[in-house]
Amino acid sequence: MGRPPVLRPAGERGVLVELLGNASVRKLVVVARERLAGLEDVVAGHETVLLTWEEGRRPPHDLAARLGQILGSASTVAETATVEVPVTYDGPDVHAVAEVCAMSPEEVVRRHQAATYEVGFIGFAPGFAYLLGGDPALRPPRLASPRQQVPAGSLAIAGEYSAVYPADSPGGWNLIGRAHIQAFDLSREPQALLQTGARVRLVEST
Amino acid sequence: MNTLESVGRLVGGDLLATILDAGARTTFQDLGRPGHSHLGVSPSGAADRASFKLGNRLVGNAEDAPALETTLRGPTLRFARAATVVLTGARVDATLDGRPVAMNSPVAVRPGEVLAVGTASSGLRSYLAVRGGLLADRTLGSVSHDELAGIGTPVLAAGDRLRLDDLALAAPAVDVAPVRTLAKAPTLRVVIGPRDDWFAPDAVTALLTEPFAVTASVNRIGARLRGPTILHREDAELRSEGVVAGSLQVPASGDPILLLADHPTTGGYPVIAVVIDDDLAIAAQLRPGERVRFAEVSRPPGPPDTARLP
Repeated sequence: MGRPPVLRPAGERGVLVELLGNASVRKLVVVARERLAGLEDVVAGHETVLLTWEEGRRPPHDLAARLGQILGSASTVAETATVEVPVTYDGPDVHAVAEVCAMSPEEVVRRHQAATYEVGFIGFAPGFAYLLGGDPALRPPRLASPRQQVPAGSLAIAGEYSAVYPADSPGGWNLIGRAHIQAFDLSREPQALLQTGARVRLVEST
Repeated sequence: MNTLESVGRLVGGDLLATILDAGARTTFQDLGRPGHSHLGVSPSGAADRASFKLGNRLVGNAEDAPALETTLRGPTLRFARAATVVLTGARVDATLDGRPVAMNSPVAVRPGEVLAVGTASSGLRSYLAVRGGLLADRTLGSVSHDELAGIGTPVLAAGDRLRLDDLALAAPAVDVAPVRTLAKAPTLRVVIGPRDDWFAPDAVTALLTEPFAVTASVNRIGARLRGPTILHREDAELRSEGVVAGSLQVPASGDPILLLADHPTTGGYPVIAVVIDDDLAIAAQLRPGERVRFAEVSRPPGPPDTARLP
């Protein structure tokens, strides 16, 4: 690998690790708990991983070297299975997205559905997966004014991310359809259907 | 007693008390559900962990036994059985059948007596711990109500019934603990970063020298502050990254938000500094209108594994 990771303190027992590329994020997320003792949480972000240690613990003094070993090792993370998500493109913002991206509504749907996505990280709300890998021509900005209520299951797009809202919540993303999945279910294991690193294909269903 | 009408949240356990008035916002809390941030679920748990744990110690419970956390105005409840209870955290003028109840001092309650927790005279959150602990359903290992994620035991409502768990240890070792005095304009110690380089050159100095006012926007997710404007260095958007409790995240407006127990697991605003764990208990007691200052933490050389990060 190239540049070593940049370590930034996040309080007394957290370190924000800046990485190059999402493959490193995936690698660190998968092996961090095996290789570093006493971790409380491992939180992926966009080309970052936040590592926090349990209350009373501190990050090890040789963390930079250990991260270098972890990330430099030849071992590759096993490919995750591809999750197929049935979707219907009938969201209220399809036309607005088409306009801002200078293409027809049909082209918005075609391009959005054609991409293979990867879960970059989970954040914002339980089970809210940030999908990376969307068509570069399809990057509408967030809404100027967020909606008070976005229905659970809404398929949404903002900038380079796509997502499925796991629950009813406020939201500022463009709604382009509905995904027919339960993205987060506390009675299920794993609770989040779309896990960090998973590949996702959107399959149109009517 | 009819368990079917007991708001569906409880299974078994002796009826302890009925809620006559739930207070402004009273929640079940324990030490939360750490280790689930990768699902987008934050650790949550008691906002003032020091006061919460003290309450459990004073009644001889395991430190993480479920208790009630109040917000400014506490609940009123009628006990159905004898119990040992204690109030910790923000100072309240509580009464038990009209008799005053001291803070940090366990009190024996008889069946039929009414405990009125009252309103905090300083601080924001008090804890009502009961010997044995409260019985409530656990979500991802915790009863804690998470205001952001909307999971955990629902917010307390009038008519709810509390049930007793069996989480008492040996008899309590201390009868009373000194009451912490909350400073008028407390200083919270911070570790600078992780994104201090995202800000204008004088931003960190402003953070560490000027007082901030606590606005009316205070909940378990965070407290919005107002003071010297903390400006970003340039007009760029940070990509979402993991954040911890105690983070001072700063939107483009320049008014920092101090993240508390129910913070989102990731955020898109740069964090200029993070309040240390030891001072989060004080941060959780800040009420609207109060002032707060920040100071860079100075620690004696730490244990051998303490990091000096680049």
